[in-house]
Amino acid sequence: MGESVMGETLLSVEALTLHYRTRSGAVRAVDGVSFDVKRGEALVILGESGCGKSSLARALMRLLPRNLAHHGGRVRLGETPISELSDERFRREVQWSRLGLVMQASMNALNPVVKVGEQVAEPLRELKRWPRRRALERAAEVFQRVGLPLDFMARYPFELSGGMRQRAVLAMALVAEPELVILDEPTSALDVLTQAAIMNVLKEIKRDQGTSFILITHDVATSSELADRVALMYAGELVEACSAARFFGEPAHPYSQRLMKSVPRLHERERPRAIPGQPPSLLDPPSGCRFAARCPERFARCEASPPAFVPGGSAREGAGEGAAESRHRVRCWLHAPDEGDKHG
Amino acid sequence: MAETPLVEARGLHTWFELRQWGFLRVGAVRAVDDVSFTLTRGEAVAFVGESGCGKSSLVRTLLGLHRPTAGEVRFEGESLAGLKKAALKAWRARVGYVQQDPFGALPPFLDVRRILAEPLKVHGVTDRAERERRIRAALAEVRLTPVEEFLGKFPHMLSGGQQQRVVIARALILEPALVIADEPVSMLDASVRVEILELLQGIQRRRGLTLAFVTHDLTTVRHYAERIFVLYAGKVVESAPVNDLLDAPRHPYTRALLAALSDPDAANATRLREVPGGEPPSLIDPPAGCRFHPRCSSAMPGICDREVPPDFTPHPGHRAACWLHEPGAENTNHAIIIDGRQAPGRGGPVHDVSQ
Repeated sequence: MGESVMGETLLSVEALTLHYRTRSGAVRAVDGVSFDVKRGEALVILGESGCGKSSLARALMRLLPRNLAHHGGRVRLGETPISELSDERFRREVQWSRLGLVMQASMNALNPVVKVGEQVAEPLRELKRWPRRRALERAAEVFQRVGLPLDFMARYPFELSGGMRQRAVLAMALVAEPELVILDEPTSALDVLTQAAIMNVLKEIKRDQGTSFILITHDVATSSELADRVALMYAGELVEACSAARFFGEPAHPYSQRLMKSVPRLHERERPRAIPGQPPSLLDPPSGCRFAARCPERFARCEASPPAFVPGGSAREGAGEGAAESRHRVRCWLHAPDEGDKHG
Repeated sequence: MAETPLVEARGLHTWFELRQWGFLRVGAVRAVDDVSFTLTRGEAVAFVGESGCGKSSLVRTLLGLHRPTAGEVRFEGESLAGLKKAALKAWRARVGYVQQDPFGALPPFLDVRRILAEPLKVHGVTDRAERERRIRAALAEVRLTPVEEFLGKFPHMLSGGQQQRVVIARALILEPALVIADEPVSMLDASVRVEILELLQGIQRRRGLTLAFVTHDLTTVRHYAERIFVLYAGKVVESAPVNDLLDAPRHPYTRALLAALSDPDAANATRLREVPGGEPPSLIDPPAGCRFHPRCSSAMPGICDREVPPDFTPHPGHRAACWLHEPGAENTNHAIIIDGRQAPGRGGPVHDVSQ
């Protein structure tokens, strides 16, 4: 579906890097991450806690911490090379207006003494200098779109349930009509039914407005509710990026395969299986493949040198999987062009 | 009924009084409202419900941290209400508690050895060598090995999964008959979750203890619990053996919960899920009749909004507090509604989002 809408690349990210300075050295939270998002597409960035996925959102939005050690990489949004812009121009021209963000737990970060409607309208008044009245009218439209009753505009955050507050921060991210919205764990603190309702809202917005999304989450099942594509992150790097069908059905990277096996399923009798071991420290990640220590399929080359992020599986074979699959990337020596032949 | 059940809750009510100006009684939050069940020795059960359904209040009442407003909890046939100070303390040693947030549950300034020594000291294990022996055995049981490496560590030096193992070791060290685990894995990653649940299940089976999980996650319960209780707005709305409940849910609320859950599948992104409108009711002034009726698509006016449904038994061992399952209702419209809503959970999503 939606293939016609998708096509043109909206966001392209190359070698994005974010390192934090700590007393024990630099933490390589985001370590050379590259991907792209097409217009109207939803990319899920999946990963377990501490893999750097929230730092990735911060690096894209330039919400940088004080203990920054290194921030780099090339990011293009549409025609604009946004990584080249000065901080002031980025803040004025990109943040919130072209790139929206729903931060983790942001439903608890609403200002308790300002009415919800005013808060949702604020980006328009602040960034676009719209008069209050016009901004509130626009906020009212977005309220309806995310399923908030209009009389909630005059309420304070404490008068709203968790699910309603989450809709409000979503409205805030959408109000300036950004081309791309980054959602960091938008439903992880919510109940099952509320979660499903919010995912429905996101699907409708994607369908009706053609908004592109980057959904960052650790929850594999929920991520499939929105994903056109999935990028899996491990220890600061992407290890696989492919279509949702491929990822949820037949992923190529050994970590992807094991992650999918660890997910309990409602309608299957097969027991989920844990992945033994722990992710490596980001202070001093292994010099070879970062998953090698936990990978039962490792061989000499895995610990010796880091695999590159290369076209994998069907993309390399050119099997008739369609255009989407030509974007399949894997970081694994099993899928390296020369290794693949040996292990056939 | 040959054997006394380990735990028996009868007509349990835990209400929290609301007062104005400190003395005017203006109502009550009915967090647990007429809940009855029994837990037998050696079984694993799960209490499932959304936030605010009263599951934590229920747990705290079972743990003796809240006194029930009405009704009673019996442990091995003896009512907790009658226990005096010393007897209550002795009883507490028989119940282990695994908290939701392992980091919050562990004192940051004590090392693992002292964290595990604490319950032993409180319950009169004065011999130092005996304490050390039991601490080491507990760590080995939760597979924090080599034990020496963990004894001197402080909570912040451990990963989330290791912290939760320490919490479990602490809950088990007094050899309880009942362990209550309140959302034991909700703060952990998927792959670690499975490890912790496997560990708990292994210990439960080996020791033959009764394990009561509290969780909001129905997808994990199939493999780790034998019976499920579904709570909604302070009441148990449905209870059944786990496979019966997941494969053939009877209460419309349970059906809605299952329909909202997804197994990972790329097709999910193209379909809207059916979600009942509205939100769980206030526990101060819950709706009359069935508490789910304002959100229920099968609600029958004149019945569901008037009278509180008792527990019906649509199937042996399967209870549902829903008027649709009143005996004799089988041949009426309601039963047809149920059949018409086949495939509960399975393929729950119905609307196509792609058009």
